Amino acid sequence: MRVLWMEKGKLKEFFYSMKAFGELWGPIQKGKTRIYGKAENFSDLKLEPGRTALPIKKLIHPSKFTMFKYDKQEYSTKLENIPRRVILGVSPCDIHGLLKLDEIFLEEEPDPYYEKRRDNTAIIGISYCKPCCDSCICQSMGTDVVDEGYDLFFSDLEDFYLVWVGSSLGDDLVRLNPAVFHDDIDRTKLEKFVECKKERDKLFACSIDMDVLPDIMELSYDSPIWDELGDKCLECGACTMVCPSCNCYNVIDEVYLSEGKGKRFRYWDCCIFKEYSLVAGDHNFRENRGERLRLWYGHKLNSFGPYGRPACVGCGRCVDACPVDINVLTVARALLESK
Amino acid sequence: MHEKEENSNPYLPEHARIVRKYNLSSDVRFFQIRYVDMDRALTMKYLPGQFMMFSVPGVGEAPFSISSTPSRPGLLEFCIREVGDVTSALFKLKENAIIGIRGPYGDGFPLDDIQGHDLLIIVGGLGAAPLRSLLLYALDNRDDFGKLYLLHGARTPEDMLFREEFLEMMERDDLNCLLAVDEDPTGKWKCHIARVTDLFDHVKDIDIENTYAAVCGPPVMYKFVLEKLVNIGIPKNQILMTLERRMKCGMGKCGHCVVGDIYTCMEGPVFSYWDVLNMKGLI
Repeated sequence: MRVLWMEKGKLKEFFYSMKAFGELWGPIQKGKTRIYGKAENFSDLKLEPGRTALPIKKLIHPSKFTMFKYDKQEYSTKLENIPRRVILGVSPCDIHGLLKLDEIFLEEEPDPYYEKRRDNTAIIGISYCKPCCDSCICQSMGTDVVDEGYDLFFSDLEDFYLVWVGSSLGDDLVRLNPAVFHDDIDRTKLEKFVECKKERDKLFACSIDMDVLPDIMELSYDSPIWDELGDKCLECGACTMVCPSCNCYNVIDEVYLSEGKGKRFRYWDCCIFKEYSLVAGDHNFRENRGERLRLWYGHKLNSFGPYGRPACVGCGRCVDACPVDINVLTVARALLESK
Repeated sequence: MHEKEENSNPYLPEHARIVRKYNLSSDVRFFQIRYVDMDRALTMKYLPGQFMMFSVPGVGEAPFSISSTPSRPGLLEFCIREVGDVTSALFKLKENAIIGIRGPYGDGFPLDDIQGHDLLIIVGGLGAAPLRSLLLYALDNRDDFGKLYLLHGARTPEDMLFREEFLEMMERDDLNCLLAVDEDPTGKWKCHIARVTDLFDHVKDIDIENTYAAVCGPPVMYKFVLEKLVNIGIPKNQILMTLERRMKCGMGKCGHCVVGDIYTCMEGPVFSYWDVLNMKGLI
């Protein structure tokens, strides 16, 4: 991989150079919350350890959008225009989340809505010498580092950035302002990178024993834990909304007042909701809330076929989002400690 | 599968016309449809066991098993029970009405594996929808299969889907057609009055080890039929069934048909009994 370095003070200049590619986005502060939003100024960006409320998926797989409009039996075929965007400051776990969604939306029959947004978005990742937060589990999930799924990746090493060029588009971005990049990575820089990574590895506050958990989950299918969790769960769906690897959506038709016209739109769905597996005739394949939680945690901590591995990317958002403290950490703990 | 134009949107339905419709029972209707685009109608490829998404603008989409056979190209046939929003809207449509369809989706029956074997087709109620496709396919390619049995159970003669078609098939020498009803309020039923599992007593001269069974019916039927099939010695990976789930996309993206860690629309809807034992929650 092509690796360059940049002086810390030059990022601002490079950021504005990327306007030539498209809109500038990144983690910004909105009230008390950090979100991925449009950054008018470089100073809007929060380039420091921390987590956005929603993962980057909201920009590629939006929470709600119109798929197409129809007029009687005629469907509009043109896809919505998606402006080109650069998102600077995407965390490694969020990039892993995107890589997982790519498996669903880009393999087999590619989803044109996802594909278009993915193609029109330049992803610039960033990592720091500290974990993002106290509830990060990325180290346990192997998602604290990332080697694909981005166009450029900045390792913030306090006095300078190492810049990993991950795609042809990433190389194009570098060419927008080549003067701010250097390719002479000396021994000191390399040592700083290694030292920083080793230091960070010691700072993670949470972990899950993923060596044994998938098997424990397999063996706990009939455990009473699921019903106990089901009794506690409020079925609010927050866990799935904040999860970078949750892909599920529902599709409904909306009718306009003028006859025969309307639109078909898509919005995030949630497998914890009772209606999720309900079919016509009122048969529900997962009637019990415990069964639905078991399904979700099975995907996140044991395996999910299309991903071929556990879906959790260890971002820790469910740890903060769940109002009744059901999350990957508490569920893993309950399963590992139950006899 | 149909070669779509580059950059075409797989979520956009294609137009099809309702050619013919009639009731198969008090709440199940037969729909014969054809793509408006004749080239598409004649070149469409599918397998017994696959399904399609029907689209009624303003109401939505729902998945339906294909009841016709690819060995008779041109028309697509479905039998649909009026039970939800989309089906109610479909029931209001008349001949020549245009609907949207997309597909086919899912993995169908593994015909290459089944060929050369004896085949038992075991139907309960609406299970006739996907299994009629397999039955007609086997009849149209009769030399490719060994002994062929249809075991079809319904509540009453009135409830038996494709009753006349199957009664006529009893005349055939190349099919053992066993039809049963639980009860006969009409008093005119000439076939069996029995449970579908009782029909196994009439299954003779099959090479058990080299027999495939295809089962589809209401959930209660599976338990008894599967037990019977295992007891008579049919290998579990040769017992096939097609399963129902909620589906919104058909392409492994929306998530609704998930069972365990797989999507029914991608890995199914045809599963073997071994799959069922292996993947908890399938039936």
